[in-house]
Amino acid sequence: MTVCTDDIASLEQEAKEVRRQSLQIIHDAGSGHPGGSLSGADILTALYFGGIMQFDASNPKDPARDRFVLSKGHATGLLYTVLARAGFFPQEDLVGYRKINSKRNLSGHPHPKTPGVEIATGSLGQGLSVAHGIALSARLDGLDFKVYTLLGDGELQEGQIWEAAMSAQKFKTNNLIAIVDFNKVAQDNITKDLKDLEPLEDKWSAFGWEVIRIDGHNMTEVMGALKRPLDKTRPRVIIADTVKGKGVSFMEGKTAWHGVAPGDEDLERALKELE
Amino acid sequence: MKDGATRDGYGAALQDFGDNPKVVVLDAGVSDSTRSKKFGDKFPDRFFNMGISEGDMVCTAAGLATAGKVAFATSFACFLLGRTMDQILVSVAYSNTNVKLVGTHTGIAVGPDGPTAQMIVDLAYTRAMPNLTVIQPADYEEAYQATKTLINHNGPVYFRLGRSKVKGLYDSSYKFEIGKGSVLREGSDAVIIATGVMVQESLAAAELLKAENIDVSVVNISTIKPLDNELVANQARKTGAVITAEDHNVFGGLGDAVLDSLANQDIMVPFRKVGVEDTFAETGSQDQLFEKYGLSASHIAATVKEVLAKKTASQASI
Repeated sequence: MTVCTDDIASLEQEAKEVRRQSLQIIHDAGSGHPGGSLSGADILTALYFGGIMQFDASNPKDPARDRFVLSKGHATGLLYTVLARAGFFPQEDLVGYRKINSKRNLSGHPHPKTPGVEIATGSLGQGLSVAHGIALSARLDGLDFKVYTLLGDGELQEGQIWEAAMSAQKFKTNNLIAIVDFNKVAQDNITKDLKDLEPLEDKWSAFGWEVIRIDGHNMTEVMGALKRPLDKTRPRVIIADTVKGKGVSFMEGKTAWHGVAPGDEDLERALKELE
Repeated sequence: MKDGATRDGYGAALQDFGDNPKVVVLDAGVSDSTRSKKFGDKFPDRFFNMGISEGDMVCTAAGLATAGKVAFATSFACFLLGRTMDQILVSVAYSNTNVKLVGTHTGIAVGPDGPTAQMIVDLAYTRAMPNLTVIQPADYEEAYQATKTLINHNGPVYFRLGRSKVKGLYDSSYKFEIGKGSVLREGSDAVIIATGVMVQESLAAAELLKAENIDVSVVNISTIKPLDNELVANQARKTGAVITAEDHNVFGGLGDAVLDSLANQDIMVPFRKVGVEDTFAETGSQDQLFEKYGLSASHIAATVKEVLAKKTASQASI
């Protein structure tokens, strides 16, 4: 049973459980993306269990709900774990992760057939535009919901991210919150060597966004940034410095753990570290 | 019957039926030409000019659609589709969002802007996508009615429109329906199955053939996917010879759709496609290009005669 709390210690404990379960389902599936699931675990824990996002898991299409778009669509080990723990579907159904005839359509990358998922992602660079479109809709309908999206740092190399950044500036979209899971590591290489993103705060600022930079594994900072009142005229980006594979020593900072499932022994070691 | 470009029918219908608060229209910086500006002028709050960033526009439209809007994402077809295949595949087709992709300035009919602006592969792109319905109206009235229909239709659609003025084919008594083709002329020797601007060329070809005592049907297929298989079969069986006509590459468009339909229904009749013969055209006027690249009425008429010769030969062999 997952509780909603703003108690930091409880959230840290929940984040640990989320990490364990994410690794477990990736292991059971035999494939998946552990590194980027572990790096985003504290952020998603805060969003879903820290009282930040307003939602009713039993009514996932509630028009007034806050939205979340997993733009870095490969981190489904994390997303499905969080959605199940938040009550969008039973945790038992996680056995269908990456399996044929999956009861909740728990595909390797998300699809809206899964309760709690707004749109398909998995081709990087699209989620910020989608999140922005949802945010614009709130304005038209006179609703005050917020839209959160989790971006990967490698994903910021996609040009469309910056198209969307310009659009949100143009429309002064103030209910859009992008969170960059800045884990510094992509599939092939460290992000910096693929194409350097820094100075990243300056880039977002130049595109007209309110920028907050935090340690994405410090729950106090994560909660503090997510709770801060929004600017009236600007979208917000939270640049969360994270570590790929966070919490499992042999996975941390390693490209090798971008898209490989842990085997039995590795899982056992990882779960021990996450006790 | 009103003469006019199909893009004009689109703009007029958005203006006339856009008061539905669910309708949002997006454009990528060419709204004056696509006619989406007509909507923007009347309903500025629900019009989003996204600038020259088609990928962002398509995904923003998808986001609006997930929140209950019917989102018309509009641009020149060459950029709307050419630049955003991935966005359409993931955020529109696979996600099954209520986005209407509206591509104007299609085919070599665009003329002097040359091949970068002449979209001739869009039907192949869009037909290949699961969940996507593909519609191309043939005149102003049909475009107007189809736009009205799309406002109330749920699901992703590619709506293919033209730049140039076409002769009016339908009056207001016509009732556009998704998935239904219409017979504009009944004949017994062959059927020309056409779409878009090629419908008027096909009707002109039928007149040329009539002077030679050749009597052809002309069918307008405005929904290319899902195709009106029944109408195709009826006309093929009745006439025994089929010619398709489209302002698009001969690969992947209407011709292939009809050929698939005939084969799947075990109908073996002489068949030819009229279209752009797997080449890029060049700059020039629409008439010049249609003549040089084999899309003119006279070329369609010649193709009909070619097919009729095969039909006669195959009948003789039976």
